[in-house]
Amino acid sequence: MSDVIKIKRGVDIKLVGEAESNFAKPTAIETAAIKPDDFNGVRFKLAVKEGEEVKAGTPLLYNKDHEQVKFCSPVSGEVAQIVRGAKRKILEVRVLADKETQFEDFGAVDPKSLPREEIINKLTASGCWPFFKERPYNVVADPEKEPKAIFISGFDSAPLAPKMQLLLEGQEKEFQTGIYALQQLTAGKIHLGLNENGPASPVFANIDGITITKYDGPHPAGLVGVHINKLDPINSGEKVWTITPEHIVIIGRLFLEGKFDARIKIALTGSEVNERNYHETIIGAAVKPFVSDNTTEGNNRIISGNILTGTKIKEDGYLSFYERQITVIPEGDQPELFGWVIPKTDKFSISRTLPSWFQRQLGEVKYKLDTGLHGERRAFVVSGEYEEVFPFDIFPVQLIKSIMINDIEAMENLGIYEVVEEDFALCEVICTSKIPVQKIVREGLDMMKQEVG
Amino acid sequence: MKVLQDFLDNVKPHFEEGGKFKKYWPVYDGLATFLFVPGHPTEKGGAHVRDGIDLKRTMNTVIMALIPTLLFGMWNVGFHHFHALGVDATFFEQFLFGAIKVLPLVVVSYGVGLGVEFLFCIIKGHQINEGYLVTGMLIPLIMPVDMPLWMLALSVIFAVVIGKEVFGGTGMNIFNPALLARAFAFFAYPAFMSGDSVWINTSTKAGQTVVDGFSGATVLGDLAATGVTSYSALDAFIGTIPGSIGETSVIAIMLGAGLLIFTGIGSWRIILSALAGGAVMGLIFNAVAPYALSETQQAFMAVPFWHQLIVGGFAFGIVYMATDPVSGARTNKGKWIYGFLIGFLAIMIRVFNPAYPEGVMLAILFMNTMAPLVDHYVLEANIKRRKKRSSKKVGA
Repeated sequence: MSDVIKIKRGVDIKLVGEAESNFAKPTAIETAAIKPDDFNGVRFKLAVKEGEEVKAGTPLLYNKDHEQVKFCSPVSGEVAQIVRGAKRKILEVRVLADKETQFEDFGAVDPKSLPREEIINKLTASGCWPFFKERPYNVVADPEKEPKAIFISGFDSAPLAPKMQLLLEGQEKEFQTGIYALQQLTAGKIHLGLNENGPASPVFANIDGITITKYDGPHPAGLVGVHINKLDPINSGEKVWTITPEHIVIIGRLFLEGKFDARIKIALTGSEVNERNYHETIIGAAVKPFVSDNTTEGNNRIISGNILTGTKIKEDGYLSFYERQITVIPEGDQPELFGWVIPKTDKFSISRTLPSWFQRQLGEVKYKLDTGLHGERRAFVVSGEYEEVFPFDIFPVQLIKSIMINDIEAMENLGIYEVVEEDFALCEVICTSKIPVQKIVREGLDMMKQEVG
Repeated sequence: MKVLQDFLDNVKPHFEEGGKFKKYWPVYDGLATFLFVPGHPTEKGGAHVRDGIDLKRTMNTVIMALIPTLLFGMWNVGFHHFHALGVDATFFEQFLFGAIKVLPLVVVSYGVGLGVEFLFCIIKGHQINEGYLVTGMLIPLIMPVDMPLWMLALSVIFAVVIGKEVFGGTGMNIFNPALLARAFAFFAYPAFMSGDSVWINTSTKAGQTVVDGFSGATVLGDLAATGVTSYSALDAFIGTIPGSIGETSVIAIMLGAGLLIFTGIGSWRIILSALAGGAVMGLIFNAVAPYALSETQQAFMAVPFWHQLIVGGFAFGIVYMATDPVSGARTNKGKWIYGFLIGFLAIMIRVFNPAYPEGVMLAILFMNTMAPLVDHYVLEANIKRRKKRSSKKVGA
């Protein structure tokens, strides 16, 4: 039997706008894009020019520091546009998709028969490598290092998160093959975290080569960061890789069929979406087909990802590389008369200064939250607040402060190697002083990577 | 509502870059954000939704928690005034008299304090912070009613400038600003801050005199001087005793404490551990009372430990001042130690040093200084655990 770990600190923000458990009619994929901003710790170099024809699996970009790590096109077609920003920074490489996808052939092979180097070569060449994220620093994994363990979260506990059963439906074989490939990458364990309080995907039922642990509690129980901290915390000098189940499926396909087949399933969620369901699409797909004529009137925000960690995108934007969800919620840009006194019932709060707490005691309430900050940025005043939603053996506020003052030694001592931005998302939500916590954590991680490596 | 927003939008350009009153932007901003929570949405990345709470609401909750003590304080001022003069008065007359005495203190505290804050913000071009909203209410509540207004104004200026602004404003201060105001007044004007004549207003009209043999000493003043007091424990619990305006009624303070603890704004850890600390010191005194040098001391030490907790500013201090998150310990473990030592030291100072009839002010200010040290050791434990984990791995 698997162990159960109880997570006490955290909170589930219940929102209106969950996706219904069914799949929408497939929409044709017209364009897709790879966005360098989705990846941390990579210096990008273009591998294609505008107008070039590419197949699914053809490198669009590569990492200057590890040239073997390619970022490949998820579709076949023509490189339509390379969007650049300030200082000619590459923002997007857009590919116009063919009707029939042509695949690069990487050769089907049983991963168990390959040595570690060849597995790595296959993964890096085919565009599957960026699926591995490395801690410390939350960067694309370094193929020349070996992690002490690989962690996978088998459930998503974020608000309006899609159900893993639907995302993985019928892909047992691919998942198992992917796990066999992962086994070659580490001498340590491959950990899979499952939800104690919900049905797990049947895909996880009979999988070889993984250690299952169950977690019981509110968000962030589903974050791999929590799993790592509880099971095998990262010490100075150690590395842990993380990857999501749907990406393991894509790796499985690579070994079964020899293709970079970037098909994924996503959920369309949020209070402002009219028809909310699951869609089959590909990594980096344009979101327009999903949201145009499918959102309410008014000023809305389209988020690639969930409300805690996603990125705001425009209607003609693209799904981010690691995301499994599109969320549309109203923008909160209206001033509120005496908004700091009136006990409004449409706001979420973990504090008991608003009716939110009472509402939640009386029964299940679902909020329709907007993007309002509901206040102004201040210095840290309130104490003990982050600790309520931060189930790590780490002092969150003190760590954030050490980042603010660029104190490398303090950051190291207080556990910066163990955390990534998303671990602090709830702290950011509930912060009275409206401090942009995730941004600060990212800055800290970048600084550490630069100074310590 | 729309009219108000339009007005603010209309005058806004004058305060912005290039406007006539650019310098006074903090004033505009302070007032505009007081009226309207600005419609700022979250950024492009990071969490897209936020908790409905902000610092203004937090501060407002503390002010709400202070209201019972303020109202009771007003009535108590009137009650003692008429009692001292031996004049019968209705409840309403007592309250009205007290209100007339107390409100000017509140007005001066807010007026002067906010004035200084605005001045600093204009000079430094900073946003106005809401920290003074609570400080401004706390200061009059911990002063004697007969304090001259100019003295109060000076104390407030000292508290805001030296206590807060020199450190960088709300959230940056080392000491609790309100207590600093009291400490300033206490050491600069001791004659007005202690003794037997300041706690009860005995200003008389023509034809009135103070009742013969009347003493305006506080319970602690009595205890320090003679070891006994004429006020019962019930008087102290209800609050019908002389003292600083807001400190006397344990019932009113408990109402406030209830709100602070329920909303999570005030740390129950600090309040509880301070009570424990005070009780422990009280019990120690009870145990060693027979060995004290003087009879007065013996009597003072023999005061039951629970009685110590309900007289003087102890309850007010641990509920409203020790729980100040900025100047207190910030880690949960640290809060236990911090609170306990405040309670412990407050009773110790009170009994041992008759020059300071109330110890809680000095105990909290002292622990404000020590709070970073307490937190430091709590953090060190965490850091050591992490390092040990690392070295174990290396050894294995």
